Amino acid sequence: MASFLARQLGVMLLTMLCLTLIVFYLVNLEPNLRKLAISQTEMHATSQELEGWLVRNGYRRPFFARYATWLGIWPKQPAVDPATGAASPRFSYCDEPKAPTFSGVLQGDLGCSTKFRTKVANKLGAALEATGLLMFWVMALMIPVALAVGVISGMREGSRTDRTLSVISIATTSTPEYVSGVVLTIVFATWLGWLNGSAASATEGHLSFYNFTLPVVTVSIYGMGYVARMTRASMIEVMNAQYIRTARLKGLSFASIVLKHALRNALIAPFTVIMLLFPWLLTGVVIVEVMFRYQGFGQALVDAAGNNDIDLLLACSLVSVMLVLATQLISDIGYAWLNPRIRVH
Amino acid sequence: MQFLSAGQIVLQSFVRLMPVWASLAIVLGLSLAFRKKLGLYGHVVQSPTGFVGLFLVGFWLFAAIFGRAIGLFDPLGQIAEMKDALPGAIDPHSGLPYLFGGDKLARDVFSRVIAGARIVLIIAPLATLLALSVGIALGLPAGYFGRRVDSVLSFLANLVLAFPIILLFYLLVSPGILETPIPCTLAAIFFAFPIALFSVFFVAGYRAQPMKHAIRLAATLLAGAWLFATFVFDADPFGLMRVSPSTLNIFIAVALASGPGIFRIVRSLTLDIKTREYVLAAQTRGESPWYIMLWEILPNARGPLIVDSCLRIGYTTILLGALGYFGLGMPPESPDWGTMIKESSRFMRIFVHPALPPALAMMSFVLGLNLLADAIREQSLRD
Repeated sequence: MASFLARQLGVMLLTMLCLTLIVFYLVNLEPNLRKLAISQTEMHATSQELEGWLVRNGYRRPFFARYATWLGIWPKQPAVDPATGAASPRFSYCDEPKAPTFSGVLQGDLGCSTKFRTKVANKLGAALEATGLLMFWVMALMIPVALAVGVISGMREGSRTDRTLSVISIATTSTPEYVSGVVLTIVFATWLGWLNGSAASATEGHLSFYNFTLPVVTVSIYGMGYVARMTRASMIEVMNAQYIRTARLKGLSFASIVLKHALRNALIAPFTVIMLLFPWLLTGVVIVEVMFRYQGFGQALVDAAGNNDIDLLLACSLVSVMLVLATQLISDIGYAWLNPRIRVH
Repeated sequence: MQFLSAGQIVLQSFVRLMPVWASLAIVLGLSLAFRKKLGLYGHVVQSPTGFVGLFLVGFWLFAAIFGRAIGLFDPLGQIAEMKDALPGAIDPHSGLPYLFGGDKLARDVFSRVIAGARIVLIIAPLATLLALSVGIALGLPAGYFGRRVDSVLSFLANLVLAFPIILLFYLLVSPGILETPIPCTLAAIFFAFPIALFSVFFVAGYRAQPMKHAIRLAATLLAGAWLFATFVFDADPFGLMRVSPSTLNIFIAVALASGPGIFRIVRSLTLDIKTREYVLAAQTRGESPWYIMLWEILPNARGPLIVDSCLRIGYTTILLGALGYFGLGMPPESPDWGTMIKESSRFMRIFVHPALPPALAMMSFVLGLNLLADAIREQSLRD
């Protein structure tokens, strides 16, 4: 178990390193740097002024030196005025150091968001909190419904209930968030007026059924059918197992067979599926946050990418890759823990 | 301004779609009539889910084929009076109706949805095919050889899978990146896979029927060269097709996003199939590894791969829509469904009608593919 964990953690670290390096390379492409310089300097800046801004803030230093600076294994340099040689902090709104210091991800410094003019940690913390809230409600809605639908349709394979629920599940998996979001908003916000088509007020702490239902339902729908399908398949497999037949022959009631014998074993596979669904939901969260104007992680990611906010973008990719890898690890371990027939080695 | 009544809108839309209904009736009728002789396909047509799936996919396929004949207006054309026109409004100049109304820029929603079908139905299946060839070309050796090859390839696949898709799209499909050599390099790598796959396929089978395979190999290389010139360098020697850099970029991004998933499936199928007797027999005969992979393992993995491809085209359509929704890659006036949803969702509180048709189009097409995949899986498990 210990060596399994150590190997997994090693692979995780390597993946994170490779991935951030790729992102770092892409955001530092010449057109992207120019975009950053244009958004950070005043209107109508000449190309010389843009170049000057990039040089002054250290964007022209060697690629790997800058990556190492971001990691924290190379000292972070202050901005140096080429005329006077005086050192000043790079971005005053982030209280960056005046003298070269080691300050990177390893030291817990995620850098400075040029778009939001604040420390990345401040911006990201608030955004993650908001998204965490959204995710919590999504999970609270999606998992019970999906499991119930899957178990009900899987316990009598081929019945009318099963067919109806299966078609509904397939329909929800074919409805991406930007489609269900539009349809739900039209029906419940524009036509019926029951719910709010914008969750902007939810960001400011006024969370209510009125403004938060549509985003939560929209994210849940796409994943719900998928989990339900997997639960159904797992339930069918269990219901055909020998020990269920034995229980039936013993004359137990159908309800007791399902609840006492089948349910626990049928829920092992969906656990893995739900864990692996997290990264997939992330895309949905981005779409929904943009669509309903909810200031969370997804909105931050889109803003960062749209403005080439290098540090924020790197932090966002770090967070999401951590989420992906952590859920993978949990699903591996949890699967072994739930299923005594499998041992991690 | 004059309007058609609701009944007239339905009737006229039905009439406009006549070529689609006629083709659907012919194809589905023939399929049902000869279902006994059509093997698995016959069973799929006969099952209710399969029939509905085929109907929906066929509908959009024929809508894409006959697109120019169905649409009443130019999908990009603007008629100033028709701005935000409600469904059924009649254009005073031509006397023709905007069946589903006009959008914010006074374009006909009906014609745009039909024109969008063409874009979606060209890009999504082709990008899936590209991803499929990459996934097969890498998944087979990863599963067959195992060890180091598998570790490296699986690591790469997991790396891409760990990427949040939206971030990948923002980084790869931004307009700035077109100035860099990255899209072309990636395209060159990606399009090399199908060519290499087919070449190796024929070279490995060369011993059995030398003449036949030599001809096929030559044909592959010629077709591959044309494909390469057209897609990667946008320099079709015959001038038949033009692939703009931004379209190419979409191809690459979508293939990159769905390739690792296919890789994983092919890999696990290979791991399963390589322990079968016929593979062991081929190994004992001393066949080369590539012969075994491409001529013994791949044909036996086709069932799950066909089902997955069906689902995958739907997924690719969704990704394509997401690209459009975030305004990446496609030109802003493009009539593809994702861009249409984005454009109309901003004014959804006031005007509903431009948002609904593309949303329902996207939903029904993907639903059709998913139902079809489900029917194929069910029918193939039955035998």
